Amino acid sequence: MSEEYSVEIVNPEKSFLSKNDVTEVVVPAFEGEIGILKDHISIISFLKPGIIKIFSKSGEESFYVNDGIIEFKDNNLSILTSLILNLKDIDKEKISEIQKSAEEELNKSDINDQEKYLLDQKLEVLKSIN
Amino acid sequence: MASLDDLKKRISSVKSTQKITKAMKMVAAAKLRRAQESAEKGRPYSDKMNNIILNLSNGISDIGNAPKLLSGTGEDKVHLCVVMTSDRGLCGGFNTNIIKKAKLYFQKILDEGKTLKIITVGTKGYDQLKRLYGDNIIERISFKESKNINYFDADKVGKIVIEKFEKKEFDVCTIFYNQFKNVITQIPQEQQIIPLKTSEKDENSPEDNYEFEPEEDEILSNLLPKNISTQIFKAMLENSASEQGSRMSAMDNATRNAGEMVDKLTIEYNRSRQASITKELIEIISGAESL
Repeated sequence: MSEEYSVEIVNPEKSFLSKNDVTEVVVPAFEGEIGILKDHISIISFLKPGIIKIFSKSGEESFYVNDGIIEFKDNNLSILTSLILNLKDIDKEKISEIQKSAEEELNKSDINDQEKYLLDQKLEVLKSIN
Repeated sequence: MASLDDLKKRISSVKSTQKITKAMKMVAAAKLRRAQESAEKGRPYSDKMNNIILNLSNGISDIGNAPKLLSGTGEDKVHLCVVMTSDRGLCGGFNTNIIKKAKLYFQKILDEGKTLKIITVGTKGYDQLKRLYGDNIIERISFKESKNINYFDADKVGKIVIEKFEKKEFDVCTIFYNQFKNVITQIPQEQQIIPLKTSEKDENSPEDNYEFEPEEDEILSNLLPKNISTQIFKAMLENSASEQGSRMSAMDNATRNAGEMVDKLTIEYNRSRQASITKELIEIISGAESL
């Protein structure tokens, strides 16, 4: 029992997901993946495009996120993101659409290294899903 | 006195106006429910965002090194105002209230000898401001095409604001919108978003020690632009709920007034009809008497 904590994922439109029986969450943090277990130290970090994996008693779930911020405090994990898709019912067309716009963005000349890095990451993840 | 025919025409025209206002009220009521729902659903995001930023900014020890979006440029000369209004009319005092609030603020800025720049979101605001402040308006945005309010529209506005800030085109940014309280009350708000006003830190206990990855200032400089978009998005959601609420009560009043008018006109119509009947009778009777 004591291995569980709660997670809430919010996007601007609504509260996307809220769970109380999570044992581990793996998030694609900016400097590498972080796995968060119960009683992790309070942490704030932001995300790069990637896959969030949520392990709970009821099973495992995966989500694609574009960006986001996570805050973990008192065994509450909040994930704020502007775009999140559940990998289970993902729509291939939507993925290709995001992929295309990312490719276009990448071809622009006026992007800096960080943006380039993020876009590369995004494409890689998207390819792996598709 | 208007002739019977004129009265009849007026009654039927008022009646058809009443039909329109009634239909608009229904539509507004349906839209209001949706808008209100999404405004409520959007609240956790902006609240959480605010919380995180608050925690972060408390963690920053060296104010001098804080990102400019948080601490400001250190000057207070050029004010940018983002006035958010609706794209459609017939919604009572909705737009006028925002404009009134904004104009007060504009006057204050201009009286202090500062420079004023305006971005209007929504066509109605532009229409009302262009005569007096036409030269101050640097950008006008409208989302007439997008059916629902979505985050990406808000993000567009946010990006424009940030771009202008990075080019040092202004020092302080304020947004104007209507906060939705209930169907009859909407409160015009002015909210300063750059530099960000954080509340006092005394509520937070010192034990809130976060681990940051990467460094605080790097997170902050990534987070603050997002916060701008989030705040604008929140304002847009509140605004749309307010717009529908305001339209609903305005149309409700209009329907009621039209009903009163129809009643009055009908009485007048019946009276004059009766008068003409009486007149005809008198004519007939006095004609018969004279025989």
